[in-house]
Amino acid sequence: MSGAVAEASAPGQVIVKGRRSSLTRSRIRAAWLFVAPSLVVVALIAGWPLARTIWFSFTDASLNSLSEYEFIGLENYLANYDGEWFGILTEPDWWHSVWNTLWFTLVSVSLETVLGMVVALILNAAFPGRGLMRAVILIPWAIPTIVSAKMWNWMLHDQFGVINDLLLRIGLIAAPVPWTANADTALWAAVMVDVWKHTSFMALLILAALQMLPQDIYEAAKVDGVSPIRVFFRVTLPLIKSALLVAVIFRSLDAMRVFDLIYVLTSNAKETASMSVYARQQLVDFQEVGLGSAAATLIFLIIALVVVITLAAGRVRLGEDPR
Amino acid sequence: MSRLIASLAAAAGLLATTSAWGVEISISCSALGKEYEICKQGVDAWAAKTGNTVKIVSTPNSATERLALFQQLLAAGAGDIDVFQIDVVWTGTLGNHLLDLTSKGQAIIGDHLPAMVETSRVEGKLMAIPWFADAGLLYYRKDLLDKYKRPVPETWADLGETARLIQEGERKEGKADFWGYTWQGRAYEGLTTNALEWVASHNGGTIVDEKGEVTIENPKAAEALKAAAGWVGTITPEGVLNYTEEEARGIFQAGNAAFMRNWPYAWALAQGGDSTIKDKVGIAPLPKGGADGRHAGTLGGQLLAVSKYSKNTDAATDLVMYLTSEAEQKRRAVAGSFNPTIVSLYSDTDISRANPFIGDLVDVFSNAVARPATVTGQNYNKVSTEFFNAVHQVLSKKSDPSQALNRLDRDLKRIKRNGWQ
Repeated sequence: MSGAVAEASAPGQVIVKGRRSSLTRSRIRAAWLFVAPSLVVVALIAGWPLARTIWFSFTDASLNSLSEYEFIGLENYLANYDGEWFGILTEPDWWHSVWNTLWFTLVSVSLETVLGMVVALILNAAFPGRGLMRAVILIPWAIPTIVSAKMWNWMLHDQFGVINDLLLRIGLIAAPVPWTANADTALWAAVMVDVWKHTSFMALLILAALQMLPQDIYEAAKVDGVSPIRVFFRVTLPLIKSALLVAVIFRSLDAMRVFDLIYVLTSNAKETASMSVYARQQLVDFQEVGLGSAAATLIFLIIALVVVITLAAGRVRLGEDPR
Repeated sequence: MSRLIASLAAAAGLLATTSAWGVEISISCSALGKEYEICKQGVDAWAAKTGNTVKIVSTPNSATERLALFQQLLAAGAGDIDVFQIDVVWTGTLGNHLLDLTSKGQAIIGDHLPAMVETSRVEGKLMAIPWFADAGLLYYRKDLLDKYKRPVPETWADLGETARLIQEGERKEGKADFWGYTWQGRAYEGLTTNALEWVASHNGGTIVDEKGEVTIENPKAAEALKAAAGWVGTITPEGVLNYTEEEARGIFQAGNAAFMRNWPYAWALAQGGDSTIKDKVGIAPLPKGGADGRHAGTLGGQLLAVSKYSKNTDAATDLVMYLTSEAEQKRRAVAGSFNPTIVSLYSDTDISRANPFIGDLVDVFSNAVARPATVTGQNYNKVSTEFFNAVHQVLSKKSDPSQALNRLDRDLKRIKRNGWQ
């Protein structure tokens, strides 16, 4: 699709110059013709639901009778009745879920980046069976999250779980730890499963960047006798920075929408709810389509904000050639 | 040949019941324990009788998740499931989407337990037919009580003490995984039923009273929650904070617990051929909250309802009437220890032979505590969610009982803001 968009903007520049030959016009028409299907698909599968959700967030719609609702303005977000504030922005549970999500994103993406880098550096070295290794590390990533979450839920079980059994046998713990029962350990358990699943994805993206690096710089560094650690921080890291940031943004977007993992591990517990768990609970369990849509809209805004901040901080442009 | 018999049977069914012939009906049976198997036998018998086919749709084990699934399906007006097995507290929530069964059910509804019939009505209309009744029960290990020479506990304090004694004794004999008491502590509807039993048995009310007043902030309720929080990590594994019915049963049936709180369905499984505790189990009403407290089991149970969006409402209604009939309820009681909702079946000799405790259950059902679902209507799910989350925080020692109840009281009054409906 991005190719088609580039095509469309090229003729656009011609218009600015004011010279419209019949060839240019037919090129513009052709360009729009090619872009149109993609635009329609994007409008249908992304634009329409998003617009509908934002619209619902200004209404008092209920899941029980979706056709009858009234426009209530910003009341789902913030409203004042008799001096008392109501609305999602005043809900401690909502802010708690925002905090949980941001914490989860920060910790899991940081761990995945560091571990992914280590794995990528190892896989970048030539050794026998490297191709097979690269395929094998992708297995956790290929398993659907709901399946891996359920699998880990059993492995982490306090009475029957294999993790506790293992830790007991090697003597690291004296009594089984109920990993998913306690809010403090439950979020760490979720981070652990997420890291297990997504490190290989991170490694693969970093590996792709590593493979594109010119070898002559490394040869020069070798000739000059620079230590490998210095080479990594002064040569490799700056060169793959753009690609790394794109990978981090991809993962952060994903992590901030986390739902299945936390829902399977801890259900509707307030202590560990993520933003998506909160929105689903409002929408489905409580039938509050208006309030749930407001939460979903806020999730959209928060994620957009985080991406803008990350991009600004990293001074990366997504369209830039990753090299 | 068998095909001929099947079509003959089908033809007979057509004549007998006027249901459309050869339609496919989808029913959602819960799959907790033996439920799926027993449900399948029942619907197969109806299918053979009427010549229709029945598809069983599997649903999640957790009640909260099952309700969410049904709400999504029904809100979309989907006719994928014709017959729903619904919980007694869902009738108000789902009522808009269900078929009014008043005309078909009026003749037989008088035979059912009044408390169950009450949960089937929305504004006087019969939206579902009671299928089986449930109430929280105390399961105990007869052999261990004998071994440690302890009576069946009468109060929660007795239970705590006996559980501790047995747990210490069994652990000394090398059973390191042995626990005193297991129950359901995950943040879901099941915790609401458990916690309501603790509170009601201490005479602490039922969260919201019949008039719709929020009553949960009281010293009796705080005392009840404090006692329960004391079990976690001592006589109950800390993992209970993430247990549903099946996890609790897993521990008890593996022979690793002295007591368990569960629904009657666990009886048939505990007494099953592959059970390690066969013939070592007894059941009793849940303990009282102190000498002046009372035995309180939360009223549960399931109803059958027909979706308004079903394309074959006649056949679906016929299936519901068949499954809730006296003969089928008797079969389910004998084969799966599902408690009938038809009062006369409690004196049936076949049933009492299979379930010797059935006579006691009439008492349990008549003393059962109903959740405040009728009075809070559409808001019940919110009330329950606030309640189980508050209890969960007390159990995980994140907040202290009176503080948590104070906050809960404020939150419930906030939900009630413009009245419950």
